[in-house]
Amino acid sequence: MEEVLLNNKSGKKFILLGNEAIVRGALESGVNFVSTYPGTPASEIGNIFFKIGQKAGVYFEFSTNEKVALEASVGAAFSGLKSLVAMKNFGLNVCSDALIPVMYTGIKGSLVLIVAEDVGCWSSAQSEQDSRAYSYLAHIPTLESSNPQECKDFTKLAFEISEKFKIPVMVKTSTRVAHQRAPVQFSNYEVESRKIGRFVKNPKRFVTLPPRVLEMKKELLEKIEKIKEFSEKSQINKGRIPAKADFGIITSGISFLYVMEAEKELNLDLPVLKLGFFYPLPEEKIKKFIKNLKKVLIIEELEPYLEKEVKMLAKEINCKLKVFGKELLSEVGELRPEVVSSAIATIKNKKYQPKVYNLKSSIAKRFPRLCPGCPYWLVISAVKKAVNEKEVIFGGEIGCYMLFGHPPIRLQDYLSCMGSSVGIAHGIKKVSPQKLITFVGDSSFFHAGIPALINTVFNKSNPLIIILNNLTTAMTGHQPHPGAPATPDGIKIEDIVSACGVKNLKVIDPINQEEFTKTVKEFLEKDEVSVIIARRPCIFVKEKYTSGDISRSRSKYEKK
Amino acid sequence: MKKNKKDFNLIIVGTGGQGLITLLQILAEAALIEGYEVKTSELHGLSQRGGSVEVHIRFGKEIFSPLVSQGKADLILGLEMQECLKAYYFSNPQTIFLINRYLIPIPLQNPISENEILKTIKKITKNIEIVPAVEICQKELGTNVVAGIYLLSLASFKNLIPLQPKSILKAIKKIIPEKYLELNEKAFNLAKS
Repeated sequence: MEEVLLNNKSGKKFILLGNEAIVRGALESGVNFVSTYPGTPASEIGNIFFKIGQKAGVYFEFSTNEKVALEASVGAAFSGLKSLVAMKNFGLNVCSDALIPVMYTGIKGSLVLIVAEDVGCWSSAQSEQDSRAYSYLAHIPTLESSNPQECKDFTKLAFEISEKFKIPVMVKTSTRVAHQRAPVQFSNYEVESRKIGRFVKNPKRFVTLPPRVLEMKKELLEKIEKIKEFSEKSQINKGRIPAKADFGIITSGISFLYVMEAEKELNLDLPVLKLGFFYPLPEEKIKKFIKNLKKVLIIEELEPYLEKEVKMLAKEINCKLKVFGKELLSEVGELRPEVVSSAIATIKNKKYQPKVYNLKSSIAKRFPRLCPGCPYWLVISAVKKAVNEKEVIFGGEIGCYMLFGHPPIRLQDYLSCMGSSVGIAHGIKKVSPQKLITFVGDSSFFHAGIPALINTVFNKSNPLIIILNNLTTAMTGHQPHPGAPATPDGIKIEDIVSACGVKNLKVIDPINQEEFTKTVKEFLEKDEVSVIIARRPCIFVKEKYTSGDISRSRSKYEKK
Repeated sequence: MKKNKKDFNLIIVGTGGQGLITLLQILAEAALIEGYEVKTSELHGLSQRGGSVEVHIRFGKEIFSPLVSQGKADLILGLEMQECLKAYYFSNPQTIFLINRYLIPIPLQNPISENEILKTIKKITKNIEIVPAVEICQKELGTNVVAGIYLLSLASFKNLIPLQPKSILKAIKKIIPEKYLELNEKAFNLAKS
């Protein structure tokens, strides 16, 4: 795949995954700097740049978390380069603190954010958020792609808008777009050599101090007005203005594909307005579209953002218009082609009822599970030997060890976002005398666990934190992290824990069951926070690195 | 057999790690070789860890949705028998089930017997074929990792997919890394005989 993405066969078609098409789009745009924190369904973007970056003359890094990744790309864009930062939806929450002020300052080169939603939670715990809310919150121009070709084209367009208006631009995908495969037509691309940036001092531009900050907000809103004019003319908002029809559809993203399929299936030829821009919306175009309609159906996944916008516009231009949306389409989970067909059929008074077979067979849910030979099994076994599970609270987090919540393991009493297992553990321990063991992965620890650990020391609570150190970011496909052996001079987790002031600290290979069990029992009795670093490489890391490499990370906390 | 049909809808079911995505890549490439429009949908990450996996591929003259609609599957390729039951949502009386005789037990659950699975699917369609792909590959090639390739090739030779075997072979050569190619070609040829 790497060779395909780097070729210069302009005009030819190649089958690409949505994420691969984004990489190609960035390359065709001449991207110089890419940063990311892995997260499904966006992970492949980073994985590919990790492999081809050097060859393509693109600087690439796996940053410690999404906020840091965005900041890195902002720095490069401040210095005049073309930057791209990729993340899954929750990454946008993590980086939002950095994003909002950067919208005020703007950038010098260009900056594109790729954000992959996971509608239906196919590979996410935590929530089913609709990140379009950030488009409003941050005033970030937002494009929504529906297929791999658009993934490539919209990424390029985002770079153009970003460069033209000196503003970060977001391209949104979802699992069904990012992990959709289809032929994509390539445009011209020549490998360029690595580019050097230059930061030119301009405090008026890059410093958000009051009172200047309010002027900056005004400037941002003016930029958005100009981009709105651009959006009004843009070909990515496309639709036939209905001449005689009294019913039309407004849609965007993956939903558009289901609408097209429904038209085919129901043998209809409806006016459809497909919006490539979510923010700023081409309001005039929408008004023209709805002006003479009697009914309009808004087909969008999750929250009714477009529906609300259209209802407001209808008040101005066509107050009798009936706007349909969420009364026919759920706000929970993904849309599916038959669901969209059914909604359209309902309004058109057409018959559409796929036959439902009720098999009444007991099909057990096949939970994803830890790989056979996974070192986490050893941790589970030692913990189960050490404590009465019913009497201890177990904190969970994001990573392979999320699966501790499934049978037969069931060592998970709460689960939220990255880094939260330790933060919540502290709160529980401050108010309850119950014993508590919380798990946090190595990559999660670097991502957001460290401030929470410091808080347990600073504000004095005594959970037992087990850092599952498998030397990789396993769940998302074995990306390196700051403490992984693939990283030269990897940072030792025990050095950080120790520097945070944790006194009860042991690094144990969980193959030493007796020692692990004994330490769990002993540490649960402590009055101060305690940490066990369960160090044993993921079986896939083991294949890559010999034990010699792993032993490099031995330290004074480890039994010699 | 189904050449004149507008779209072809195929679903592959199995469990994470059985190579479903590779099969999907091969099919997509073969469809492109034959000049069809093609779209697939697949799942990565959490669902790969031995959980149930269901991937979709659609090809034809004009394809929009990457997902197969309810009751619209032409063929269901089952790499694991119990998983086939979960594909009922996509099947209709004309749907063909081509099933690998292979059971991966679900922890804490008694496996559902082959008979029971057959009986259940028969309530929807009579077009069911169970193939001992794992056994055949193990016996003839000494490994069952290519059972999916064998089953896919078989579907092509049996005309259950409107894609010619030579296109499938061409796609295998394009998608499979060189060091595993010979084994995969052998599995393809095994399906021919």
